[in-house]
Amino acid sequence: MDSNQQRIVITGVGLAAPNADNLKDFRKKLLAGISEIKEINLRYFGPAPAGICTFDETRYRKKKENKRGTRAGCLGVYCAHEAMADATLDIDYYDRSRIGVYIGLTEHGTVETENEIFNISQYNYDVNYWTHHHNPRTVLNNPAGEITMSLGITGPHYAIGAACAAGNASLIQGVQMLRLGEVDMALAGGISESTGSFGIFASFKAQGALAEAEDPRQACRPFDIERNGIVVSEGACIYVLERLEKALERGARIYGEVAGYCINSDARDFVLPYGKRQAECIQQALNRAGLKAADIDIINTHATGTKQGDIEECKAIRQVFGEAPATYINNTKSIIGHAMGAAGVLELAGNLPAFEDNMIHPTINVSNLDPECALPNMVLNKPTQLKSVSTILNNSFGMVGINSVIIVKKYED
Amino acid sequence: MTRDDIKDLILEIIKDIDEDADFDTLQSDQPLRDQLDLDSMDFLDIVMELRKRHKLQIPEEDYPQLASLDSCVNYLEPLLKNA
Repeated sequence: MDSNQQRIVITGVGLAAPNADNLKDFRKKLLAGISEIKEINLRYFGPAPAGICTFDETRYRKKKENKRGTRAGCLGVYCAHEAMADATLDIDYYDRSRIGVYIGLTEHGTVETENEIFNISQYNYDVNYWTHHHNPRTVLNNPAGEITMSLGITGPHYAIGAACAAGNASLIQGVQMLRLGEVDMALAGGISESTGSFGIFASFKAQGALAEAEDPRQACRPFDIERNGIVVSEGACIYVLERLEKALERGARIYGEVAGYCINSDARDFVLPYGKRQAECIQQALNRAGLKAADIDIINTHATGTKQGDIEECKAIRQVFGEAPATYINNTKSIIGHAMGAAGVLELAGNLPAFEDNMIHPTINVSNLDPECALPNMVLNKPTQLKSVSTILNNSFGMVGINSVIIVKKYED
Repeated sequence: MTRDDIKDLILEIIKDIDEDADFDTLQSDQPLRDQLDLDSMDFLDIVMELRKRHKLQIPEEDYPQLASLDSCVNYLEPLLKNA
């Protein structure tokens, strides 16, 4: 079979979100629109709304290892083990050297560097007090590498840097590596530890793009006329990807099949999004999936709650889906904030159960819909029940002009 | 610092590195690495903590002196006599 025609399926999901540490609870809270965004207090910066994950950090490795590693590594190890367990896969089912670990990161090392500079500031900036852990913690492959060490995986591991499109990009990488025959199973997903960095908050604030609200749960309000910026969240989501025939052979539960994808570049601006190129990316993903816009049941939007970003994405959707009256649109960030490198995969995971329950979780916090964001079939403030859901299109865009789109369809013979 | 104080200091630093460390059967004349879950990075943590807590700059060639609890005490006793 032409390797590009090989069918790749998702057979396991492990996640840590600001409101859940497993897919079942995550789905329940998304459908109910339960946000657990809270106010945190950052060094130098002060209070800000943020999404913080609560999960059993020592379920799969010792405190000592968490202390030595990074928060991203800790999130990744938890999600990778959870994904394997969810897929009912023993680590020895596949040859360990034929498993690849592909982790999408918006950034990495910022938190560790800020912490270390603060540390030496306590010693008059004497670099003799700079930790020997700095380099292994800040190399870009750190989170993926911590996963391989924890699971004893000896195949390839590396990071995919694609700003906030990184989660989708890593999933695409996993699919491609399976199709190329480089690996027999992939752990692919995204991780963000960005809530540990005051610099990330301060930079968004300086840009006028950091959300503020009296109630932190209402701070992230994509498409609302009063939206005022991004809520930074930490989080992680890792998928088990397998070739369809292998998944069927072992009787795996199949969450969905990756039907199409595209990554492209705006080639235009450092931070401003560009609807025209986003539309091209969506269209190309549809073409590769062999689908028309009208075939898509759910669009999980990237919208982060910034003025221009939301409008540009709505323009792109309007352009491609103008003739698609049965396509429904939601937004997951309104509930969990922006999990950066994990955003694309985490939001996709939240939508995957729609193949079974045919529900669409809502965009919350929309009191007054911005007319420039108005689209048909937006799922606002309460969930929508459909007769059936068989396709999800997941948008994920990032700074310096990177767009990514993944289409997942319900598995059918 | 007395020899007992130094011993306590080292054990306290190791406990900070690994709070699961079990000292019940620790033999003070045997290498720490053979008895506890410690590797070379952990030893650098011990060196760093001694620097932070007591401004000790331990040269790399002296690191082997920190192999066992007894050798730590022997090596550190003159350095920490006024601490």
